[in-house]
Parts: sequence; structure tokens; C-alpha cells
Amino acid sequence: MTHLGFILAAYGATAAVFTALIIWVVRDTREQKRKLRQLEADGAVRRSAQVKR
Amino acid sequence: MPTTKATAGTAGESAAKPTIIGQLANPTRFLSLTEAVLPWLISLAAACLAVGVYLAFFVAPADYQQGDSVRIMFIHVPAAWLAMFCYSLMAVAALGTLVWRHPLADVAAKAAAPLGAAFTLLALFTGSVWGKPMWGTWWVWDARLTSVLVLFIMYLGLIALWRSFDDPGRAGRVAAILTLVGFINIPIIKFSVDWWNTLHQPASVVRLDGPTIHPTMLWPLLIMAVGFTLSFMALHFGAMRAEIFRRRVRTAQIMIAQQRAPAAASASAVTPVAESAVSGPR
Amino acid sequence: MSGFVALIAQTARLGLRAGGGALIGLIFFLAVVTVIPFGVGPDQNLLARIGPAVLWIGALLASLLGLDRLFGGDREDGALDLLIVSGQPLALVVLARAIGHWLATGLPIVIAAPLLGLLLNVEPLGLAAVTLTLLAGSPALTLIGTVGAALTAGLARGGVMIAVLVLPLTVPVLIFGVSAVNGAIADPDPFTAPFLILCAFTLGAGVLGPVAGAAALRLALD
Repeated sequence: MTHLGFILAAYGATAAVFTALIIWVVRDTREQKRKLRQLEADGAVRRSAQVKR
Repeated sequence: MPTTKATAGTAGESAAKPTIIGQLANPTRFLSLTEAVLPWLISLAAACLAVGVYLAFFVAPADYQQGDSVRIMFIHVPAAWLAMFCYSLMAVAALGTLVWRHPLADVAAKAAAPLGAAFTLLALFTGSVWGKPMWGTWWVWDARLTSVLVLFIMYLGLIALWRSFDDPGRAGRVAAILTLVGFINIPIIKFSVDWWNTLHQPASVVRLDGPTIHPTMLWPLLIMAVGFTLSFMALHFGAMRAEIFRRRVRTAQIMIAQQRAPAAASASAVTPVAESAVSGPR
Repeated sequence: MSGFVALIAQTARLGLRAGGGALIGLIFFLAVVTVIPFGVGPDQNLLARIGPAVLWIGALLASLLGLDRLFGGDREDGALDLLIVSGQPLALVVLARAIGHWLATGLPIVIAAPLLGLLLNVEPLGLAAVTLTLLAGSPALTLIGTVGAALTAGLARGGVMIAVLVLPLTVPVLIFGVSAVNGAIADPDPFTAPFLILCAFTLGAGVLGPVAGAAALRLALD
């Protein structure tokens, strides 16, 4: 296979970008969910959730 | 009062219309819908990418001129497509923010910007890596590459603008204006760069994707493009979900701060949260 | 209409006042042109060849200075609220501000360009072409910059941000400005076409800039 190094670099970079984006999204979601749970435990209740009570 | 509308997590109930877009206006409904759709979307994207990579490496032939380096095309072209698709999506979302005041529009635009920047960078990088064996250098000031570079700077500017405002609603509307101004500018930039390129470059630049493309190359390219687009959608939904949670966190933080200092709360500018805090949850 | 002219005059006067930015812009332009030969070397032929482009880039960078003051001061002292409630269309207010700012900062740069061109060994025809193209194109730079200024009006420190937001949008103006100058100097290249396109950019920015700027300013006050 010709230009193997270039092909590997391109596909490797693509894999790295995909992985980084997935990690970023998953971590961010987990972090925000965790913060939200903590705040709700501290007594902050959203209005929409309040109506249902 | 338009300020309250943009606060995802509190708006929506009254804005619900029978249309799909209207249904999605409710962040809670959006969260449950995407939760159901995401596993399917991810599986489909992964399947497309797997088939695409297999076809790209084992079915598609090497180009008689470019050798195996043509296999870079199967990721370069979809990345470049997403770079432009993402900006168009943000422009539509900007209209959604400014004209229809859709509560999820600026969430969608904000979540899309880093993804767009990432795929634009990927398009630049793969183009450069493809160009090195073809042109003999990592970078040429080719019209297409240059336009994409300017697009990349525009993405970064938008992200920077978003991050410099505290209030997500205002940030979303200011960024929406810049997005639209940039969207009007993109064709002009493309036209200018093409003009500039014909003046300065000899016309012998290797065309990366000729108009005639053999089916054994076209199919892997199409499947990869679908796989990239589905991946983008999955990532975009995921990023939007994170953004919705982030705004709820912000709302909750303000609520707690106001509960602890009720005197300061009455003077606060954030009225919708102040109301609910004064009425006293629990 | 008289309010429009008064607003132009007021903006220009503020810019020309000591510390208003007009003089700083000129000094910056001079400084940029001065450092270029230190970077690329004192070769007269090379300087003559890149001189017009250096003048254009210098003017572009200098036009970014002082934009953060364009609406920033208004917001702090509440004048922006007064302008909005005054009933004048906000787009016209933005246009007046842009014209005033250009008179105070853009026009001096256009006038200084041929003098600085002498330092770069630009031939007389080139000097005339640079001046003419800057006269036609620099309003577009100011108008695009005005949008950036309006977008960042709500920020305490928007100065650097404006440059980052505005520079990619000014690429077409730069391309056609320099193309027109090269067209005037080098024979086979056309002059009229790029020059007319440059004028079209200024006219287009004159419409789009105030509209977008007004929309951004309204948000800054929400």
C-alpha cells in the first residue's frame, strides 16, 4: 500500500477527533447531571417539576 | 418578555405546538425523545462507519495517479461536508433564535459550534495530509483550503463570543447575529478567494475530487458521508442534552443563591427565577 | 436628518479628541509599516512589490483600533438607551456612528497611506491606486468593524474579541483592494473589475452593517 503513513495519519486523526468529541459530550453530560442532582438535593426545584407535586 | 423564553428548562410548556418542531420546543420532551433515539442513531452511525471503512480499504481501488492516498478522500470529503453542513445548521438555528424565538434553537447552535470547528479542523488536517504526497507540501494556498481555513477562524470566533457572555440567552442571540452575518459572508469569501487564487496560482493544481468518479469509489464515499452525518447528529444531540442540563444547573444555582439571600433576590435582574424563588419551592 | 448629521459630527469629534483613538490609529499604521522592512529586509525591489499589500494590511489592522470605544462609552453612560428611545431608527444611528468613526479614523489613514508608501518605495501610480482603493474600501472595513463593535457592546473588554470576529469577514475587502492596486500597476491584470467589486462591498456593507449592528445593539440592552 502506497502512502501508508499519510493514510494512517489521516484515519488516526479522524479516530482521535471522534474519540475526543465523544469523551467531551459524555463527560459534560455526566458532570452537569451530577451538579443538577446535588443542587436539587440542596433544595433547588425547577418550576416545571414543582407543578407536578 | 423575550428574556425568559430563551431559558431552556423553564420555557416550553406554553410554546408546545402540534408540529414536530413545536413538540421539540419543550426541553423535557426533547430530552426524553433523544434518550430514546440516541442508541439507534449511534448504532446506525457505527455500522455505516464500519462498512464505509471496510469498503474504503478493501473494495475501493487505488487511484492510478494518486495511489492509495486517494483513500484519504473517504474521510476528507465527509469532514469538509460536515464543516459546511454544520454552519448552515447554525444559520438556520440562528433564524430560529432571532425570528421564531424557539427555545432550543440557541441550544442547538451553541452545541453545534465546537463540533463544526472540530470537523473543519479535521477537513483541514486530512486535506493537508492528502496534499503532502500530491503537492509535495503540507499546505498550499489553494482556494478551497483557504476558504475552509477562514471558516475555521469564524467557528473559533463564534465559540469565543459565546463564552464571553454570562447569560446564555443573550449570548445565544448575539452569536445568532454573528452567525447570520458570517453566513451571508461565506459565499462572498468563497468568491473572493477563488478570484484571488486564479490571479496568484498556476492553474495546474491537482483537483482533489474530479467530476468523474468511479462507482467503486462513489459508494464508500456516500456510505462514509452518511456515517459521518449520523455521527454528527448523535454528537449534536448529546451536546445539546449537556447544554440543557448546564442551563438547568445555572437556573438552580441562581435559585439557591436567592433563597440564601432573599433581600438581594428582589433586586436581581433575573426575574423569572426570582418569582419562583420567592414563592418558595418546598 | 439634522440629528443624523449631528450624530456623525459628535462621533467624529469624540474620535478626534485627545485619547479618542484617531491619532493612535495613525501612529499604529506608521508603526506597522515601519516594522515590515525590519522583518522582510530592506530590499527596495521587494518592498516596492509588497508595498501596496503592506499598506492595505496596515490600514486593515489600524481600522480595528478604537472600535471597542464606538458603543462601549455609550453603554456605560446610558446614551445608548437615549438614542434608542429618541425614536430615530437604530440602523441610522449605527450608520451615523460608523460614518463619524470613519471620518475620524479611516480618512486620516487614507490620507497618510501615500506618504507611508514612499517609505516602502511604491511607485507613484501605485501610491495613487492605494489611496483610491483605500478611499473606496476602508468604509467597508469600518462598517464591518461596526457590527463587531455592536456585538461586543455588552462586554466590558471587547477589544481583542472584535479583532478576532471581524478579521475573517474582511478577507474579501482585502483581496479586492489589493487586487485592484496590482491591476493598476501590473499591466495584464484588470483594475476596473476588482475596483467596482470593492465599491460594491462598501455599498453592501453600508446596508447590511447598520441593520446587523442595530439588531446587536438592541440585544446589548435587553
